[in-house]
Order: sequence, then structure tokens, then C-alpha cells
Amino acid sequence: MPHIDLPQGLPGITSGFAFRPETAKPMRELAHILLHEPNSLTPGERELIATYVSSRNDCYFCQTSHGAAAASHLGDASVVKQVKTDFTQAPISEKLKRLLVIAGKVQQGGKHVTTEDVEAARQQGATDREIHDTVLIAAAFSMYNRYVDGLATWQPQEESMYAQMGEQLASKGYRTPSIQPSAAN
Amino acid sequence: MPHIKLPPGLQGIRGPMAFRPETAKPLNELAEILLHAPNALAPGERELIATYVSYLNDCYFCQTVHGAIAAAHLDNDEDLVRRVKADFRHADISAKLKALLVIAGKVQRGGKHVTAGDVDEARKAGATDIEIHDTVLIAAAFCMYNRYVDGLATWQPQDENLYRERGKKTAKEGYVTMSREYLPQPELETQGA
Repeated sequence: MPHIDLPQGLPGITSGFAFRPETAKPMRELAHILLHEPNSLTPGERELIATYVSSRNDCYFCQTSHGAAAASHLGDASVVKQVKTDFTQAPISEKLKRLLVIAGKVQQGGKHVTTEDVEAARQQGATDREIHDTVLIAAAFSMYNRYVDGLATWQPQEESMYAQMGEQLASKGYRTPSIQPSAAN
Repeated sequence: MPHIKLPPGLQGIRGPMAFRPETAKPLNELAEILLHAPNALAPGERELIATYVSYLNDCYFCQTVHGAIAAAHLDNDEDLVRRVKADFRHADISAKLKALLVIAGKVQRGGKHVTAGDVDEARKAGATDIEIHDTVLIAAAFCMYNRYVDGLATWQPQDENLYRERGKKTAKEGYVTMSREYLPQPELETQGA
């Protein structure tokens, strides 16, 4: 049961967003820019970073919904699983592997990122902007994950709901709710 | 030295914010709503929560600048800010704020650490649902801001006076207004033009 009286029938972060629309607005906007807007990193790559960080933070709702969004972008659910269990063996670019190392360090704490981590990403072609966005995606999911679990939100274990949410997030982005209160009941 | 080439001369979060103004906008808006906009919790209380979490995350820039903003809201009581960081249970703050700081500390470690008992304690001390919500989100948001600032190895000069002055100004003006000091400003658009 959630720690506070959140609107019923809304899963995960959508209940916090409905409870406090004022803070939902910039939080949605941030996710939209980081994950959905055009970028030299593809939306699928950025969703994989978000999924990986959420998996390390053990946030079921975030890793499942963003994993579904990544799978929708990439047309492949197995790579999402591989990235979570051992990204070094996953069929992704060397650049993305280096960025995932940085994201994993940020998840532990900002100071864990070393000059060598950044240098290794650069050697695989990562730009300053891509390194910046990786750090901010990992930092932002250190927020979203804590928000979702810190309020003990309702997180149904229902694969079809997440698959549908993933399709919606992948096509429409984050500015508008992916689940309408009426549809969730 | 920062990990990427950030605009020079900007301390802490200002460097990456100026580097990427698109994301700076919602980041500042979120801080504005959580810390500066009217709320049942006083701005000084909310800044103490932000300072405490930034201290736990060992982020020098964030704990110092938000500590200075907190002090500016609290009659320049810098000593109180120090005591909240060192041992808030014995600081001269309300029982409600102490219970909320317990929740914030749990969120800093990870969302699942917050227990129904922690929330119950806060409620018994008079905390409302929105105050508990905002405490969780302030703590979560500073787990982001702190990682952003340190994850890019931003420039964080150890100059107490700089933070003190900025704290006073930010306490008064808020985050969105202050961001105009370092973000490129869009051309003024005329309504209906």
C-alpha cells in the first residue's frame, strides 16, 4: 500500500504525477528531452541507459516500463534483458557499453565517475554532449526510482500493461500521461 | 577539472546548466516548485532537507549553496544548518521536521528504505500527505542534482562568502529568476506578434 493517499488505479510514477501535477510537469518535460527528443544517441540507447540504472536501483516499475519502451524502439526485448544482466556481452555498440559504465558509476554516486571512464567513452566516439546526457539520465533515474519506491507506489506485475505503456512512451514521449485514469481502472 | 568542456567561470550546477539549457529549464522549474514556491513547509525547512541530503551524498557545492539558502531563510542561523547536518535529532527544529528528515535520509539510501513506520511517525508529528510527498521528492531530486554536479566533476570553489551571498539572493529571488544570470536568454517575444 502506498505511504500516502495517492489516486487509485494509477501505476508507479503516474500516481505521484496525478497527486502533484505541479512537480509532474517539469519531471515529464525532463524525461521527454532526455529520452525522446532528437539526439545523437538514439531513443533506444537512451531508454537502455534509463532501464539499466532503474534495474540497479531495483525499481520494478521503472525498469519494466522503460525496458518496454527500449524494446519498442529497438524491436527486440532480448537485448534489454542482456543489458540488465551483463551489458558487456550484449549486442550493443562499444560506445554504449562505455556510457553504461559511466551510468553505473553515477548510480552509485557522482564521484565514482573517473577521468578514465570518460576517456574510454571518448575513445569509442562519445561526444561531450553524449557524456553529459548519460550522466544526467543516470542522475535523473536516481531521482525517478527513489520517487516511485519512496512513496511505495502501486506497481502491478502485469506484462501486457507495461508492453502497452512502452509502445505509448516510445511513440508519444513523456509530455502527456501514458495511462489515463479511466483506462487504468 | 570537469569531465567535459563546460562553460568556464560557472560554479557547480551552473556549468552543466549553461552547457545544456534545454534540460536546465525543467531542472530549475522543479527546484523552484519544491523549494521556493509557497508550501505548507517553510522554504527554510525545505532547504534544510535539500542540504541534509546533499550532505549525505557528499556534494560540496549543493550542501554549501543550499545550506546558505537555508540560513538566509532562517535569520542567518548558519549554526542551525551545521547542526542539522551533524546531528539533526538534537537540532532546534520541530519534531515534524525531524521525522521528515528521517524519511529524507532513507530516500537518499534508496526508496525502498522508507517504512510505513517512518511515515507514521511523521504523521503523528503533524505531517500531511503533501508534506511527506514533497519530502520524498526533494530527497529524490537532490539524489539527481548531487549526481549531476559531481558526476561531471564540476568546478566547486571553496569560497564560503560566494555561497553566502548567492544564498541570500536565491532565497529572495528563487531558482528560475537566478537562472537568468547564467542561461542564454531567448529573445523577448511580443505577444501576438
